[in-house]
Amino acid sequence: MSEAILEVRDLITAFDTEGGLARAVDHVNFTVPKGGTLGIVGESGCGKSVTAMSIIRLLPQPAGRILQGEVMFKGRDLTRISPKEMRTVRGGEIGVIFQEPMTALNPVHRIGRQLSECFLLHKKMSKKEAWEASIEMLKLVRIPAPEMRVGDYPHQLSGGMRQRVVIAMALACRPDLVIADEPTTALDVTVQAQILDLMKRLQSEFGMSMILITHDLGVIAESCDEVVVMYAGRVVEKAPVKELFANPLHAYTKGLLASIPRIETEPKTVLPVIPGMVAGLRDFVPGCRFCQRMERRGPTLRERPDFIEASPGHWVESCPICYGETSRKEVRS
Amino acid sequence: MSDLLKVEDLKVHFPVHGGVLMRQTGAVRAVDGVSLGIRQGETLGLVGESGCGKSTLGKAIVRLLKPTAGRIEFEGVDVTHLGTAAMRPLRRDMQMVFQDPVESLNARHSVREILEEPYIIHGGISRAERRRRVDEILDRVGLQAASADRYPFEFSGGQRQRIGIARALALNPKLIICDEPVSALDVSVQSQVLNLLLELQREMDLSYLFIAHDLAVVKHISDRVAVMYLGKIVEMADSETIYREPKHAYTKALLSAIPHPDPAMKVERVLLEGDVPSPIDPPKGSAFGHRIDHPRYEETIGRELPLVEIDPGHWVAADPCCLEPADYQRVAG
Repeated sequence: MSEAILEVRDLITAFDTEGGLARAVDHVNFTVPKGGTLGIVGESGCGKSVTAMSIIRLLPQPAGRILQGEVMFKGRDLTRISPKEMRTVRGGEIGVIFQEPMTALNPVHRIGRQLSECFLLHKKMSKKEAWEASIEMLKLVRIPAPEMRVGDYPHQLSGGMRQRVVIAMALACRPDLVIADEPTTALDVTVQAQILDLMKRLQSEFGMSMILITHDLGVIAESCDEVVVMYAGRVVEKAPVKELFANPLHAYTKGLLASIPRIETEPKTVLPVIPGMVAGLRDFVPGCRFCQRMERRGPTLRERPDFIEASPGHWVESCPICYGETSRKEVRS
Repeated sequence: MSDLLKVEDLKVHFPVHGGVLMRQTGAVRAVDGVSLGIRQGETLGLVGESGCGKSTLGKAIVRLLKPTAGRIEFEGVDVTHLGTAAMRPLRRDMQMVFQDPVESLNARHSVREILEEPYIIHGGISRAERRRRVDEILDRVGLQAASADRYPFEFSGGQRQRIGIARALALNPKLIICDEPVSALDVSVQSQVLNLLLELQREMDLSYLFIAHDLAVVKHISDRVAVMYLGKIVEMADSETIYREPKHAYTKALLSAIPHPDPAMKVERVLLEGDVPSPIDPPKGSAFGHRIDHPRYEETIGRELPLVEIDPGHWVAADPCCLEPADYQRVAG
């Protein structure tokens, strides 16, 4: 595999709750290929956002904390550097795009001032230079009439325009890595297509790497090189995007892919479903959590299944039921 | 077969006030001349981007909003101007399921209280009978009878939406307006709820107006689909036809914007510039022609662009900016 820009090793992140520590992220491993896009897909509560927040150390305080693991970024372990050092990394070398552009932007400041902040903080520009650079960034994310828009407040912009501003902020310091947490979920499909297209173009222009977090398998299929499927705090499967969609191995991934309505399917037919729902954070079993959802009893609930490389580059949590004998035969053939 | 619901040239305008005296200075033309029909047992899907007026249309049909002009007929009776008392018996037959089950269920009422309320309002049922019916309806939507004494916050999103559906079903309605009922749900839960809606329809011969922005979901559940843009329906046909042979440029753009959950598939994408224009000051001519800056836009200024039946059951706005020249020839006649 090509060189990695970021490597997450055996990460455990937990939250203090009334009933003790609850692990929202439990032994997570993945690497982000340099210049490529890693997609993290999963349903609400699977730990995908907490993983992102652990990387950039923006966990809710004081409840959230990293218990174990390393986040290697350009030769440094981000879990161990000082908060001051972390601040230069965050927004400088790692840019972040959040889901809701209205909450990511400060409603009482002009967007020019918010964009300038990145330049003032990380590039030590003068205010005037920063303002000019902000206009340049707005031009780059294709906001019409950037010289005028730079003086607008967030509420004066449409949802799509706001998300462009958030992208401009994330990219202002030409980061090596961008973490985008559900960047298009709040947007309409036509605007989503514009934003994904923009992100792809800027990525190849700047040579950035990206972590794209989403629940939308369509977005994953279009934008990612590598995919990590998370379920209940764990990575259950990891593969290059084409391989994952063509040959899903874990029962959860298979179920997820089967249950989405597609344009090609016959209308008004019964969709395959995954029964039940994700267990609460504090009820997670030590063993296979998908077995827990399927209300299975027995040994698979007791011990954490190994994460194995089923075929080159294709990793899966090897629960004997969720990745059972039949699946293994499919791989061999 | 005659239509259960018939809507003719419906308009819903909201006044805009301004100036020192707060006089009415204009109007938001949220729904601006919509005609449609829904037969018994049929699902009409309604798609469009945020702000196109689809939710307003749904609310106006069940008379949660007052129509400005036009006519709504339910089972052959004109209900457009019925007063609250005259409307009440009809509310049994027309129900609504909302997008956000958290906000549409009273947090201080137990599930039983929520589900008994329709029977209390519409009267004539003994207490014991109410209990029996609530248990029955809970079972019908796949919730345990023990759920009745719990409160909405104790349920997951999917279960809450089941409660919302149960409430809508309580009085044996004929028509249910579903306003983005699965948009807030996770993929695996979304398919459970879609299956439930399909099953209930088959058993109870229900009609749905299914409002959503996810085109794959709408296609899956609908017999026919109407595409709405800026307060008007621009195209309407049976689901297969509209996805296989879209005629209107907006429908085409909307379809091409869907990200496909299949990385092997490469789609020709029509990227739209900009957002939906403001319904306060809509373009004088073809709204979509204006957005794509079509050379024939001038021709459409001040003209009505009526829906014309281009093929049997396939209706499209006779808009020179949005149709292929050959298609326009056929409908312009």
